[in-house]
Amino acid sequence: MSPDVLYTIEVILNGLMAGVMYSLVALGFVLIFKASGIFNYAQGVMALFAAMTLVGIQNGQVPFSHLINAIFGTHIHHFGWQLPAIVAILLTVVVMIIFAILVERLVLKHLVNQEPIILFMATIGLAYFMEGFGDLMWGSEIKTLDVGLPQGASLALEEYTLKWAAEGSEYYGMYLDKLDMVAALVALALVITLSLFSQYTKTGRALRAVADDHQAALSVGISLRKIWVITWCIAGVVAMVAGVMWGSKSGVQFSLSLIALKALPVLILGGFTSIPGAIIGGLIIGVGEKLFEYSIGPLIGGATENWFAYVLALFFLVFRPQGLFGDKIIERV
Amino acid sequence: MNYGTKMASGIEPGAELLRIENISLSFGGVKALTDVSFDIQRGEVRAIIGPNGAGKSSMLNVINGFYHPQVGEVWYCGEKRKGIKPHQIAHQGIARTFQNIALFKGMSTLDNIMTGRSTHMSANMLSQAIWRGAAEKEEIKNRRYVEEIIDFLEIQSIRKTPVGRLPYGLQKRVELGRALAAEPVLLLLDEPMAGMNVEEKEDMSRFILDVQSEFGTTIAIIEHDMGVVMDISDRLVVLDYGKKIGDGTPEEIRNNQAVIDAYLGVPHE
Repeated sequence: MSPDVLYTIEVILNGLMAGVMYSLVALGFVLIFKASGIFNYAQGVMALFAAMTLVGIQNGQVPFSHLINAIFGTHIHHFGWQLPAIVAILLTVVVMIIFAILVERLVLKHLVNQEPIILFMATIGLAYFMEGFGDLMWGSEIKTLDVGLPQGASLALEEYTLKWAAEGSEYYGMYLDKLDMVAALVALALVITLSLFSQYTKTGRALRAVADDHQAALSVGISLRKIWVITWCIAGVVAMVAGVMWGSKSGVQFSLSLIALKALPVLILGGFTSIPGAIIGGLIIGVGEKLFEYSIGPLIGGATENWFAYVLALFFLVFRPQGLFGDKIIERV
Repeated sequence: MNYGTKMASGIEPGAELLRIENISLSFGGVKALTDVSFDIQRGEVRAIIGPNGAGKSSMLNVINGFYHPQVGEVWYCGEKRKGIKPHQIAHQGIARTFQNIALFKGMSTLDNIMTGRSTHMSANMLSQAIWRGAAEKEEIKNRRYVEEIIDFLEIQSIRKTPVGRLPYGLQKRVELGRALAAEPVLLLLDEPMAGMNVEEKEDMSRFILDVQSEFGTTIAIIEHDMGVVMDISDRLVVLDYGKKIGDGTPEEIRNNQAVIDAYLGVPHE
C-alpha cells in the first residue's frame, strides 16, 4: 500500500475516534431532550462538574476549602488520602445522582408545562450556577485527571503498520492515541448498555413511553417526575464519562464545558431525538472535519476544524432540518 | 391483583363505583362544567353524550385526574378523592383512551400494550438492570397477559409493527388494548369510534360489550354516534354547555325534551 492510502486511513480512524468523543456529549443532550423536550444547555458544564468532582474526590480535596478557610481562618485543603480511581468514580456517580434529584426538585418541578424557551433559559441559569458552584467547591485551577487510562501513541500499532507500506517508501507507521481508542470502546459499551436497558426493561420502556407522549404515559401510571429524575441521572453519568475522557485528554478546566458547543452540530446532523443519530452524527463530524483538514485544509490555510462542523450543520439545516434520523417535522394546518 | 383491584374489591356489581358531586370546572373565564353530578355503577356501560363543546372530555379528564375541578367532589370506591397526581389514578384501577389517539408512536404494538401493565410491575430498577430473577419472572407473566389481550382484540398480525405506521382504526384498537392490559376497574373511552367506518364501529362496539361481559369492567364512554351509543350503554348522562340536562336509560333519554332540544338546536334563553 502506498503511504498516502495508509495516511488517509489513519486520518479516518482518528476522525472516527474524535467523533466518538463528540457523540458522548451529544448523547447526554439527546437523552434529556427526548424525555422532557428540554434542550439542556448545562450538559457541557455537567461534564466539567463531574470531572472536577472526580479529581477532587480522588485527591482527597476538602470541598469548599477556600470558603471554609476564608471564614474560619484555617488552612485545610486536603484530607490527606488518595482514593483508588474506581471508588472515586462510584462516588462521583452518587454525586451526579444527587444532583439530578436536586435539579428535578428545585427547578424542573416548578416549570412543568412551561414553554421550551423558558426551560432552556432555566438550563442556562443552571449551567452558570454549576460552573460557579464547582469552582467554589473544588477551586478553579486547572487540574490533571488521571484514572489510569492509557495515554500517548500506541507504539505496537505503529510498528505493526510500518510493514504495510511499500518497501522503501517514507512511512513511519500509524499514529493512534491509546486514550482515543479506550474512549471509543467505552462509548461503544455505554451505547450498547443504554440501548439494551431501554429495549428490555420496564423502566427503559417507560423512558421511551415518556419520550413519545406525556399524557399517555400518565394514563398508564408512569410518573413523569420519576422518569425525569432517572433521565437526568443517566445524562449525569454520560456527562461524567465524557468529562473523564475529555479531562484525561486536555486537563480539567473551564474550556471543558465548551465541548457542549461542539455537540450542537452533531445534534443537528443526527437529530435531537435519536440516540443512534447522536452516535453517527458524531462520527460523521469527526471523520468529516479530519478529512477536510487533511485534504482541503492546506489549500485554504488550515485550521478548518474550528468551523467545518458548524458549516456542515448549516447545510443540514437548509436541506434536512430534522437531521439524519430525527423525527420528521410535519405540521398540520 | 394490583392496588386498584383491591380498592374496588368491596364494590358489588350494580353498586356505586364512582360519584361525581356538584363538579364545576373553569379555565380562566371559560366555564367548562357547571354543577354536574352523576354516578357510575360497577359493571355498567355509562355513556356521556352531548353536542360539541358540551364538556364531555373535560368530565373524563376530571375523572382521570388530569383536571382538578374548582368546586365539587369525586368519590371513588367509597372514598373521597383528594390531591391525587395524574399517574396515581392508573394505580387505582382507572385506565383510559384518548380522543386524539395518544399512543407511543415509535414503539411496537406489543411494547405499547406492555406499558399498560406498568401498574402490575413492582420489580425495582436495580433488579431490572441486573436482569435476574424477579424482574424476569414478572416480565414473562405480564407478557403472557398482554398476549391474551392481543388475541382478544385480534391484532396478532401487527404485534411487532411500530404503531405509528398502523391505520387509524387499528391504532384505536391498540390504544384500547393498552388500557385493557391494566385490567382496569373503570375504563374511560373518549370517542373510541370517531372517524371509523360502519364496519370498524361494529367491531369496536363488539369489543366494548365483550370487555364488559368477559372482564366485568365498568366502562364510561363518550361517543357521538347516537345509534351506537344507545345500543351499547346501560345508562347515559347528557351534557350541554357544561350542564347536565339528562340522566337515565337510553329509553328515558330518547324521550327527554331537554335532550331533544339540545340536539335539534333550540335557541337558549
